[in-house]
Amino acid sequence: MTALVLEGVSKSFGKTQVLHDISLTVEDGEFVVFVGPSGCGKSTLLRIIAGLDTATQGRVLIGGQDVTDVPPAKRGIAMVFQSYALYPHLNVRGNMALGLRQENQSKAVIDRRVSKASAMLSLDDFLARRPAELSGGQRQRVAIGRAIVREPKLFLFDEPLSNLDAALRVNTRVEIADLHRSLSASMVYVTHDQTEAMTLADRIVVLRDGHVEQIGTPMELYNNPINRFVAGFLGAPSMNFLERSVDVPTGAVLGIRPEHLRLQDGGQTAGTVTHVERLGGDTNLLVTTGAGERLVVRLFGQHAIEVGTEVGLGFDPADAFLFGADGARLPAAAG
Amino acid sequence: MRAARGQTIAAHGALLLYTVIALFPVFVILINSFKTRKAIFREPLALPDPESFSLIGYQTVLKQGDFFLYFQNSMIVTVASLFFILLFGAMAAFALAEYRFRGNMLMGLYLALGIMIPIRIGTVAILEMMVATGLVNTLWALVLVYTAQGLPLAVFILSEFMRQVSDDLKNAGRVDGLSEYRIFFRLVLPLVRPAMATVAVFNMIPIWNDLWFPLILAPAEEVKTLTLGSQVFIGQFVTDWNAVLSALSLAILPVMALYMVFSRQLIRGITSGAVK
Repeated sequence: MTALVLEGVSKSFGKTQVLHDISLTVEDGEFVVFVGPSGCGKSTLLRIIAGLDTATQGRVLIGGQDVTDVPPAKRGIAMVFQSYALYPHLNVRGNMALGLRQENQSKAVIDRRVSKASAMLSLDDFLARRPAELSGGQRQRVAIGRAIVREPKLFLFDEPLSNLDAALRVNTRVEIADLHRSLSASMVYVTHDQTEAMTLADRIVVLRDGHVEQIGTPMELYNNPINRFVAGFLGAPSMNFLERSVDVPTGAVLGIRPEHLRLQDGGQTAGTVTHVERLGGDTNLLVTTGAGERLVVRLFGQHAIEVGTEVGLGFDPADAFLFGADGARLPAAAG
Repeated sequence: MRAARGQTIAAHGALLLYTVIALFPVFVILINSFKTRKAIFREPLALPDPESFSLIGYQTVLKQGDFFLYFQNSMIVTVASLFFILLFGAMAAFALAEYRFRGNMLMGLYLALGIMIPIRIGTVAILEMMVATGLVNTLWALVLVYTAQGLPLAVFILSEFMRQVSDDLKNAGRVDGLSEYRIFFRLVLPLVRPAMATVAVFNMIPIWNDLWFPLILAPAEEVKTLTLGSQVFIGQFVTDWNAVLSALSLAILPVMALYMVFSRQLIRGITSGAVK
C-alpha cells in the first residue's frame, strides 16, 4: 500500500502559480523530506497534503483513498507545526487527547494512547502542565505526542526544528529518527535545512520555484545531482563552481565538492588562501584562484596553513561534475 | 541609570498631573453631592463639614422611586449592546482575517466606513424604522442602535488582532477535527481577550452616557435610561443641583464596576502573554 500519492498537483494564488504539476509517491513506512529554499512551495505542498489548502488541480491520495475533497481531520493524518501550536488553554494531557476526543474515542483508548506516547517522549512528569510552563524542547515533544496519539496513516512535519536552538535541534532530530524506526510510520517532512534532509530522509524531494528538481535517496542526490541547483543545495560547505580556473568547454561550469579538493602542487588549479576556518576535526580553506574565483577546500584534520599562502589544488576528475550554461548536467566531467 | 530615574520621575509626574486633571470634575461632583444647596453655591470647592453635610440630594433621588428602574435600564442596554458588539464584531473580524474570499477587502472597508460616519446623521431614518417595526419605546431599539454604532470600530480593531493569532494554532485545531466555531470560541477568542476588553471599554462609556437616542427612541417612563432620568432634576428655571449631583455620583458606580471587570481581563491578557 502506498502512504501518499500526489497526481499532477498544481496551485495558484490568483495569477501566481506556486506549484507546477507535482506528482509523487510515498511508500508505506517511508520518510520523505521536502527540501528547498524559502518560497519554493514546499510548505504549500504540505498544506495541500494536510487539506489545509486546496489544490487548483490534481489529486491527493492517502493510504490509497482519494482525499482531495476530504477535510483535514478525516484524512488520517497528523501534523507537527513549526511554532508547536499547542492549545494554550489545555494542559499537556488535554493537548494530546483533544484530537482523539473529537474522534469520539473511548476514555480507555485515549488514556492508553496518551500514556504510551508520553512514556515514549518522556513527558510523564509534565502531563498536568500548561504549554506556557514548558521549555521549547518539551513543547515540541508535546506537539509530536499530539501527532503520535492519533495513530495516523501519515505524519506531516512542517519545519519542526527551526524554532529550537542548535544543540536541541540535533537531539530532537535523533528523536524523530528513532520515532520513525519504532513506529515504522510514513512521514513527510518539510525543511529548508539540507543537513536535516540528508540525515533523516529515506528519500529527498528537492523543490525549486514550485517544480520538483530531483527525487532520490540522500546519497543518490549527493553523488549524482541532476543539475547545478541540486548539486549546490545539498552538501555543506556547498559545492564549488568554477568556470575560468580550470579547463572546461566554453559555457560549461565545473562543480567540485570542497571535500574532494586536495592540496597538491601542480594540480588542476592554484590560488591564495584568503581565510581559514579551523573546526578541530576539519579545516576549511577559502581560496581565491588566479582567475579570481573563490572556492572552499575542506581538509580533514588540523592543518597549519596561514592566510596568504599560495596553494596548488588538485582533484580526481571522477569526482567532478560538468554543468551546462542552463544548469543542466552534462554527460562527462572534464579534467 | 540617573537619566533613567529622571525619566521615570518625569513620566510619573506627567501621569499624576493628568490623573488629577481628569479626576478633578468627578471629585467636585462627589463632594458637592454631600453638601446642602447653600453650601454648594457658597463654596463649591470646599469639602463637606458637619455644618454643610447633607444627604438631601440622595434622598430626593432615591425617593423619586423610578431611579432603580433607570439604573436597571441603563445596565441592560449597556451590557446587551456590549455583548452583541463583541460577539458579532469578533465573528466578522474572524471571517475577514481568516478566510480568503472575493470582496474580502471591500467588505472590510465597508464595515470600517461606520467609523467615519456618525450614526446620529441617520437618526430620522432610524426613528422611522423603529416606528415601522414597533420598537419605539423598547430597550431593544437602543440595543440595536448601539450595536450598530459600536460594530465598525470593533471589527476594525479585532480583525487586526486576529490576523496576529498564529495560523499554525488554527490549523492544528483543524487537523484535530475542531469545527470553525470551536476554533473561534476556544482558540482564537481567548487569545484576543485584551483587544476585546479594549473594545468593550471604548464602547461602554459612550453608550452609558448617551442622551440622544434614549431621548428620541425610548423616552417612555418604563424604558428611561439613567442619563435621561436625571434630566427631570434639570428644569428650565430651577435646577435641583443636590439631586443632579447625587444622581451623577450614583451613575458612576455601575460603569466603574463594569470597567473593573474589563480592565482585569485586560491585565490578565497582557500578563499571560508576558509570562510565556
